[in-house]
Amino acid sequence: MKLFKKFVYGAAVFGLMASADAMAAGNKIVMDGSTTVGPIAKAFAAHFTKATGVQVTVSESGSGNGAKSLINKTCDIADMSRPMKDNEIAAAKGKGVNPVENVVALDGLALIVHPSNRINNLSKAQIRGIYMGRFTNWSQVGGPNAPIVMIQRESNSGTQDSFKELVMGKDNPISQRTETQASNGAIKTRVASTPNAIGFVGLGFVDNSVKALLVDGVEPDAKTVKNGTYPLHRALFMYTNGQPTGIVKQFIELPKSAEGKRIISEIGFINYY
Amino acid sequence: MNEEGNATAGRSSAFVVSARKRKLQKITKSAGESLLFLVAAIVAIIVLFIFYFVARDAIPFFQIRGFSEFFTSSEWYPADDPPRFGALAIIYGSLMVTAGSALIAVPMGIIAAICLSDVLPFSMRQYVKPVIEMLAAIPSVAFGFFALVILAPLLQSFGGPILMWTWWLIATPFLLLAVIVSSELLVMSISDDVRRQQVQRILASAFGIVAILLLFFVGRGLQKIEILTGTNALNVSIILSFMALPTIVSVSEDALQAVGRDMREGSYALGATRAETIIKIILPAASSGILAAVILGIMRALGETMVVWMASGNSSHIPDPWFNYLESVRTLTATIAGDMGEADQVTGSARFHVLFAMGLLLLVISFISNFISERIVVRQRKILSGQ
Repeated sequence: MKLFKKFVYGAAVFGLMASADAMAAGNKIVMDGSTTVGPIAKAFAAHFTKATGVQVTVSESGSGNGAKSLINKTCDIADMSRPMKDNEIAAAKGKGVNPVENVVALDGLALIVHPSNRINNLSKAQIRGIYMGRFTNWSQVGGPNAPIVMIQRESNSGTQDSFKELVMGKDNPISQRTETQASNGAIKTRVASTPNAIGFVGLGFVDNSVKALLVDGVEPDAKTVKNGTYPLHRALFMYTNGQPTGIVKQFIELPKSAEGKRIISEIGFINYY
Repeated sequence: MNEEGNATAGRSSAFVVSARKRKLQKITKSAGESLLFLVAAIVAIIVLFIFYFVARDAIPFFQIRGFSEFFTSSEWYPADDPPRFGALAIIYGSLMVTAGSALIAVPMGIIAAICLSDVLPFSMRQYVKPVIEMLAAIPSVAFGFFALVILAPLLQSFGGPILMWTWWLIATPFLLLAVIVSSELLVMSISDDVRRQQVQRILASAFGIVAILLLFFVGRGLQKIEILTGTNALNVSIILSFMALPTIVSVSEDALQAVGRDMREGSYALGATRAETIIKIILPAASSGILAAVILGIMRALGETMVVWMASGNSSHIPDPWFNYLESVRTLTATIAGDMGEADQVTGSARFHVLFAMGLLLLVISFISNFISERIVVRQRKILSGQ
């Protein structure tokens, strides 16, 4: 008898779970993409779930993977820290997906060094020289006599693409001596623990453990990014398949709301709207 | 069972097996056998399937780009326009960290295995072996995190002293042994006992002074080294050797145990010391098993991805000079893991296929080393059995 009771309870619980799952199926948002947009997406998701009860799952696998997920229809929203490339749009069209660009926020690309580094300001040309391997010692750019350790992101990072586009230009390859780390957080960890390192991260990731450099004499902050005086700035996107509708539209419009703006600036990014 | 039934059938009716039952037994027997065969075949087929599918996607790369760039250039710019796919530095990086980890793990592992099987008392071994095997249970991402967050900064701030102490720890016992053995060997031909002892004493003290100077000056030299970046080939080699150790220790200890008690006792009965027994009897007898252990451990290091991706620094250049373990390197596995996201089939096909070419290369390397080790094992067995 006892066993039978247990069985009935088990079946009941299982049934409940299954029905709850079925309810959620048409009522959830799946997001994938940039590790830079990730913190915004996650904070939005938490807020959105609390406000509406809609389940939002956020994966951070890099902008390139986000685009791929959208093309393969495995996500509703692709977080990207760079605009979609022409060949990605072509691939999407080929699979019947129509990627629509939605700006979420603005971000500055911050060049970071160890707090003990006495360099405060680098020009864009100097940064390019460092990453091309033309300057290998900090003394060549006005610093102490110590070799430079350059750190970059992996090739499917939107931050990496932005850096290449904003700083390096098309014909200047990044030196092969440059180390590669897989996320903004990993770059920050490495720079914070390596006295001679230089790296680049989204502005939102800068904290006291590292020092953000002035670029061409302009400090990276909300004001200089918004008015465009800081040279290394970019827009962050959430791509949808076609114009967003329903809950996805509700979610995509969060950056325009007061609460959305508060979340964006709290995380350290700059409001676009 | 079947034959037994037949044999006794004539004697007692209780053992008579009906024709129907016999048939049933036959069917279950063949069904059981075919099931076992099927499972074994599936395992073999899986390997072939993986090989086939990796090769199928790897070959287009060589059709598009040819062989020479991949193997001879170290210009790795897969995302540029035009892209360049020189993987020489990456192949070198893989071999470098594998060799580095083998250099650490193989002697350590074999020594630990000898200690476990022939030096430690049995009761102690029951506790120590599971602890060593537990190393294998630690997830590789935990190792990677340790390498990135703890070992890398440690190497940067205390790299010189760490290298110096490691040198002292390793070199001191070896140099001591070398001094004693060499001074004894050199005076062996002198027949006069008193004179021999005198000469040996002089030689030993001369060698001793040289050894101490060597220890001191090399140590000082190492202490002055500043490690620029902690995510380098040395860091990865250390961590990979930890990961290869449990395999090497466990498998070679089993091999040493498999050398029977009779061998050991025979050796002792002939008046050999324990050191002589271990070096001249047990190690040669277990050498094929130990070799298998070493190959398994090295394969573990070659194929490891997560740790390498986190701790090697991933810069695709050949260190300068080529044996400089203090520079960061990039390996085949890390490149496959790191470039996978962008390398979509639709967004640039050579870039997609080059990763499969790397996978194929890894497969081929491991097949070759497995094959070689298999051959050595077979030959060793022949020698040992006196053929």
